[in-house]
Amino acid sequence: MKIAVCIKRVPDSEARVKIAADGKSLDEAGVKFILNPYDEFAVEEALQRKDKAGSGEVVVIACGPQAAQETIRTALAMGADRGVLLEAATVPADGLAVARVLAGELKGGGYDLILFGKMAIDDYNHQVGPMVAELLDLPCVTCVAHLDLAQGKGTAEREVEGGMEEVEFPLPAVLTADKGLNEPRYPALKGIMAAKKKPLEVKPAAFGAAGLEVLAMTPPPERKEGRIVGEGAAAVPALLRLLREEAKVL
Amino acid sequence: MPPKFHGVDFYNVDGLLSEEERAVRDTVRGWVDDNLLPIIGECYVEGRFPKQLIPGMAELGLFGANLPEEYGCAGLNNVAYGLIMQELERGDSGVRSFASVQGSLVMYPIYAFGSDEQKKKWLPQMASGKVIGCFGLTEPDFGSNPGGMITVAKETADGWVLNGAKMWITNGSTAQAAIVWAKTGAIEDQNSIRGFIVPTDTKGFSAKDQKGKLSLRASDTSELVLQDVRLPKDALLPKSGGLKSPLMCLTQARYGISWGAVGAAMACYDEAVSYARNRVMFGKPIGAFQLQQARLAEMLTEITKAQLLCLQLGRLKDAGTMTPQQVSLAKRNNVSMATDIAREARRLLGANGILAEYQAMRHLANLESVYTYEGTHDIHTLVLGQEITGLSAFS
Amino acid sequence: MSYVLAVLEQRDGSLRKISHEVVTGARRLADALGGEVHALVLGAGAVSGTEAAGRFGADKVITATNAGFAQYAPEGYARAVAERAKAGGYGAVVLAASAQGKDLAPRVAAKLGAPLAADITDLAVEGGAVVVTRPVYAGKALLKVKVTAAPVVVSLRPNVFTPVERPKAGVAESNAVAGDGGRVVVRGIKAAAGGTLDVAEAPIVVSGGRGLKEPANFKLLEELARAFGGKAAVGASRAVVDAGWRPHGDQVGQTGKTVSPSLYIAVGISGAIQHLAGMRTAKVIVAINKDKDAPIFKVADYGIVGDLFEIVPKLTEEIRKLNG
Repeated sequence: MKIAVCIKRVPDSEARVKIAADGKSLDEAGVKFILNPYDEFAVEEALQRKDKAGSGEVVVIACGPQAAQETIRTALAMGADRGVLLEAATVPADGLAVARVLAGELKGGGYDLILFGKMAIDDYNHQVGPMVAELLDLPCVTCVAHLDLAQGKGTAEREVEGGMEEVEFPLPAVLTADKGLNEPRYPALKGIMAAKKKPLEVKPAAFGAAGLEVLAMTPPPERKEGRIVGEGAAAVPALLRLLREEAKVL
Repeated sequence: MPPKFHGVDFYNVDGLLSEEERAVRDTVRGWVDDNLLPIIGECYVEGRFPKQLIPGMAELGLFGANLPEEYGCAGLNNVAYGLIMQELERGDSGVRSFASVQGSLVMYPIYAFGSDEQKKKWLPQMASGKVIGCFGLTEPDFGSNPGGMITVAKETADGWVLNGAKMWITNGSTAQAAIVWAKTGAIEDQNSIRGFIVPTDTKGFSAKDQKGKLSLRASDTSELVLQDVRLPKDALLPKSGGLKSPLMCLTQARYGISWGAVGAAMACYDEAVSYARNRVMFGKPIGAFQLQQARLAEMLTEITKAQLLCLQLGRLKDAGTMTPQQVSLAKRNNVSMATDIAREARRLLGANGILAEYQAMRHLANLESVYTYEGTHDIHTLVLGQEITGLSAFS
Repeated sequence: MSYVLAVLEQRDGSLRKISHEVVTGARRLADALGGEVHALVLGAGAVSGTEAAGRFGADKVITATNAGFAQYAPEGYARAVAERAKAGGYGAVVLAASAQGKDLAPRVAAKLGAPLAADITDLAVEGGAVVVTRPVYAGKALLKVKVTAAPVVVSLRPNVFTPVERPKAGVAESNAVAGDGGRVVVRGIKAAAGGTLDVAEAPIVVSGGRGLKEPANFKLLEELARAFGGKAAVGASRAVVDAGWRPHGDQVGQTGKTVSPSLYIAVGISGAIQHLAGMRTAKVIVAINKDKDAPIFKVADYGIVGDLFEIVPKLTEEIRKLNG
């Protein structure tokens, strides 16, 4: 099975967010970068599917700065076969611009599956996967929490309000992975050593004009200081009064 | 679930590590957070080594990680190996002891002193965790003075017969193979000490757990008894000879422990900082009080020094120039400072600090063993004294 | 004159409540641009509840029908919406960032060759251009983004664009859509045990953590939720989801759902940062915890310190009285 996994280098979810001097981006000083957690599910799924099929190739592709090579090597350490970095100092905020570059790289690759994480934990855009599918005219299912594949087709389950949606689709397809799809493996220590020797191609990314322009990045509004209303069940009437009269939510 | 650990790195020591070294550290760090920390308090209280973690540790490649790939090992450099020990001991000293024994005290002697057949037979199985080993050197009456051992190995027509007893043996009751050191010549002759691979199901070999431990409770510590244990000729580690052989193994283990102690210190410090920021007393977080700040400043200083000590020690080891005396300095310093940090952290935590759900007291109790084993603090003091002055103060 | 296409959602032939938010958001945008809102809902036949679209500001309500549209049909819907947007010369397309919207909006945007400003919490028109606000880094920062391409495609974060009645004509129209649902076929939805009100869409969320001590004790929160008369959903902290007490769909937090209810009641939750990331934009936060130093109290507007096993039943009783 030939599988491509598109991954992203993102700041650690616990990183303190400081806004850079330009007022529109993250101050990266002291920030630790990791493989996007949702992409881990995608990489793991690719590795498991390739193992099940008995043969094949897992290629990981990332758009990002030079440092994203380290992120690609994390995926190679997990077991992916080779990596491609579409290199650019900054990745545009416009998901369509990113999708176009990725689609250009993926086109003609003959992939049985193209996998993404459902979203990146930095921008929460939730869009590059299905956009790539549109550009490549491939069937796509997003937020896959459970996957079954058979000859030439597959069934997926995805979370929707109030339950799980069951979806059928033909292969080849683009899927975006959600938590619960699998348990991503730790990069084994041997894998970390082997990753250094696996092919990693670096090419410049030619992003087209972006349709979204970031004007500013600001901290969220401070919440007004709250207060303890009282202790125990005896405080309940006072709480309700405040919710009705002061907060006006009841 | 405990929050993910983010490291303690005041001087950006991370910037001195290679990408692989950081990746190795991060993998083990994540594994410890996900698999070890959630269960270790319970295991410690119950006095149980979490055996169910062995396959996961093996799969990661934690056993004999700095031994060559041809034996199924990860082939990492010594800095990476040190980082593994650091992260394991950040979890628990007992679990790190398990890995130290398996890698440095069982796999290493087979690698250094074994024949090609022995290496091919045992190392891959030990790397994969299928065979667990233990290291039989210490005896009931011979701890700091291993050269005085009275376990003997008499050569026979078709092999060897071993008789004796060993004590304080980590993994003893779990092991399928024991590396036993015994005198093949006169009882006063240290040079006749040689190493043997003893399958623990050999007739005459028994291992019994030592009970009543108040330290390293999440680790199996056993007595070994060898009563007319008959071994074939090929049980001997052919290149072993003299006290030097087991001491070389100990140098390997002590190297790992130097890093491990820093991990324990980091865990205690991190917990103390978190607590100091959140625990409110007299209307403000206790971290606002001078005495607590002094504690934390002291801890951070000692950890930072020890981290740099370890890193340079690792680089020397990788360059092939590390001496046992350099390891003595690091083991002595790092374990001592870690014990102090654990104690001060325990105190900062107040009453909560005596509970198993906090880490400090468990580390404190564990580190008392680490202070004593692998060469006591005092022994390493004399090693350094001798190195400095050229004069032995051992007896 | 700008036309804004508001893409509504139906399930089982009924308009979903989140559609009111979509029309409200579209109305705001249309008013700022000087234009009309045309609401579009896709289904196999007539969809009940579409009159509401007019009430919330739709000048026209279009039902696009196709036999394959009873369930969500990703490719069929995307094609139908994009073709309608192109044919009608719409300047903007507005969708909800619901489960369906998150799947549909990128497809529509790509078909239109337009960027997608996803999961926005505010929109305005500045100097003739649409400017949106969207949270990033799990809500630790807000991004102000200008849309410089056309058409403008945005998806709205649930529970932020509170429906506002701005009655317009809401002229109903129905068209059949050619073609089929597409290659990706939704067979159905397996209902979750809890019910159909999702934590991300509920106006009131009652969330529980480890303080509940046992999974069976979540019954207390379910009763409290019921006392709010169908407006409340029960959420969960990551700790209890990881422990297997509650399903992942209920998890509020960084690796779960981000929610913006009017009222968020955190019961027995200490308030770890990754939980706060999921609920900090709630309008009013109430915390109930026995530890007065729990971090949740720093973020709560109102707190009660004490035994939740006494407080929650009392709260349930009082809420029931309130709702008659």
